[in-house]
Amino acid sequence: MSRLAAKFEELAKTGRKALIPFITAGDPNPEFTVPMMHAMVEAGVDVIELGIPFSDPMADGPVIQRASERALAHKMSLKRTLAIAMEFRRTNQHTPLVLMGYLNPIEAMGYEDFANAAQRAEIDGVLTVDLPPEEGQECRDLLKARGIDPIFLLAPNSSDERIKIMAALGSGYLYYVSLKGVTGAGHLNTADVENKLKQIRANTSLPIGIGFGVKDAETAKTVAELGDGVVVGSALISKIEANLDDLVRAKNEICELLASMRQAMDERSTHP
Amino acid sequence: MTEKYNMPDERGHFGPYGGMFVAETLIPPIQELNAAYQHYLQDPEFIAELDADLQYYVGRPSPLYHAERWSRELGGAQIYLKREDLNHTGSHKINNTVGQALLAKRMGKTRIIAETGAGQHGVATATVAARLGLECVVYMGAVDVARQSLNVYRMKLLGATVIAVESGSKTLKDALNEALRDWVTNVDNTFYIIGTVAGPHPYPAMVRDFQAIIGREAKQQCLAATGRLPDALVACVGGGSNAIGLFYPFIEDESVKLIGVEAAGDGIATGRHSAPLCAGRPGVLHGNRTYLMADDDGEISETHSISAGLDYPGVGPEHAWLKDTGRAQYVNITDNEALDGFYALTRMEGIIPALESSHAMAYTMKLAPTMGKDETIIVNLSGRGDKDMQTMAKREGIEL
Repeated sequence: MSRLAAKFEELAKTGRKALIPFITAGDPNPEFTVPMMHAMVEAGVDVIELGIPFSDPMADGPVIQRASERALAHKMSLKRTLAIAMEFRRTNQHTPLVLMGYLNPIEAMGYEDFANAAQRAEIDGVLTVDLPPEEGQECRDLLKARGIDPIFLLAPNSSDERIKIMAALGSGYLYYVSLKGVTGAGHLNTADVENKLKQIRANTSLPIGIGFGVKDAETAKTVAELGDGVVVGSALISKIEANLDDLVRAKNEICELLASMRQAMDERSTHP
Repeated sequence: MTEKYNMPDERGHFGPYGGMFVAETLIPPIQELNAAYQHYLQDPEFIAELDADLQYYVGRPSPLYHAERWSRELGGAQIYLKREDLNHTGSHKINNTVGQALLAKRMGKTRIIAETGAGQHGVATATVAARLGLECVVYMGAVDVARQSLNVYRMKLLGATVIAVESGSKTLKDALNEALRDWVTNVDNTFYIIGTVAGPHPYPAMVRDFQAIIGREAKQQCLAATGRLPDALVACVGGGSNAIGLFYPFIEDESVKLIGVEAAGDGIATGRHSAPLCAGRPGVLHGNRTYLMADDDGEISETHSISAGLDYPGVGPEHAWLKDTGRAQYVNITDNEALDGFYALTRMEGIIPALESSHAMAYTMKLAPTMGKDETIIVNLSGRGDKDMQTMAKREGIEL
């Protein structure tokens, strides 16, 4: 069983939900990321999504775009992202790690080289934003053969048919994009998410992580009522951006936000 | 290549190129678009309306003009110009926007978005949106907004909102990123009119089909004028819509050489260019697999060209396929050479070409003298140079 499957199973036993932060590797500089990852684990997160910086992040809002730009200014790359993952693994063997990014850096490395490198870095899942299942078989098979979960996105406008495809091909968890738009945009509509989750659950037994629109402890708690995991990205990266001159403070603020989310999410599990 | 050419396949692949590489939120609207497109392509009423628009609104057919003086001067092949510069709004771009706008209307979309580089596609989009009474938002890189300010004003006059994109390199690729972000946010009421033969399937095939009127007319006109097919076709290639529009109806005519001209900017060796087919490698960007300008890590490179319309790191996937199969040949022309082409056509024939089209003119100046006087070249004069007057005047040190 993959680390991701085991993690969601363990959480389900205690009625808890996964807290899943997203940060971009190398933002604002390459030295920041590994200590930040360890600190997030301390703050109570369950899974980490690590963004691969890309020059043209088409599905991301301005906050994550700028995170990529800051990282690329330090010559970050897929290779160096994998190196960061490997360094994290040296002292953390238990937290599932998901790489999230766009296809072109993976194409440039070559699917097989990438799959091998991801295995060496003990990556647990890979989410490629612009690689839908129709185009992704080769890459997916290489990852699966190495025990790495391909993570797929589902959107508010995904049909039953699409959901079934993702359910059949994905593993680890499915990532539900709670609103039409880019990362960091708008406010999620709880009723809409609730309805969509019913439709998704009718078609899959995979755990569902929900992202886009999670900003604070309150939204994290609301989302935790609906899904199996809560993904938060732009709200964390905003803390980096607001404290570029004081990165210790950035790190502390991120940990405080995550800890408050953790607490709010766990409160709900004791009051069903 | 005498066998039937029937690219792309059902999922939009031209061999290994093309496809549909988008985030999940865009899959439903792209499937909806593809279904509508396949349906209306067979609908006689739609085709009749499109044909009428092309004739009475765009002003088609565009002439095939024998540039006799220029041909004589160069001392080789007879040069014929396909006068897309004479279309309404001044370029070939309107062939496609008229078609996509009719689709948008039939699909019940109330809002149009577009990306633009030189502003020609933005103007052509704002034009059809004004005519149909649709809201129109055009994304344009901030660098291009500055160097193509005349077109920005035209778009605004036509009622469009022009958004200057400040991210990345602030040029065409970033405008495309931003348009995709808009589309993902407003999928329900918005139709994205892509201006070139790139993007996810069905755009490369659909835009080609709307632009293929260029080649269909040129073939008939050439037969009427010379009694035979041309020996070579020459067109500039940024994303590649004017080139594919000219090439496509000739793909099965193997005696006709197809030559696409990329922008070499300061020169291929300097790295400051926009020539992915000549100096790039395959990758995935903006929804399709194609040749790209990217570094070893797969990060997209900044591009350079004197012409905003060619300043793009990718190229339509069908061109990638035509290159690999050898059916078309891709060459490149530097900024300075393009300027030679610009001045030559202006002074020799009294026609001021767009800087994009000037790349095709410059290559024609190299090619024509190597061919016989009984041979024929058709060059796509894809747009007129009015929009470039400020750029040119500035180069000459003149304040307008």
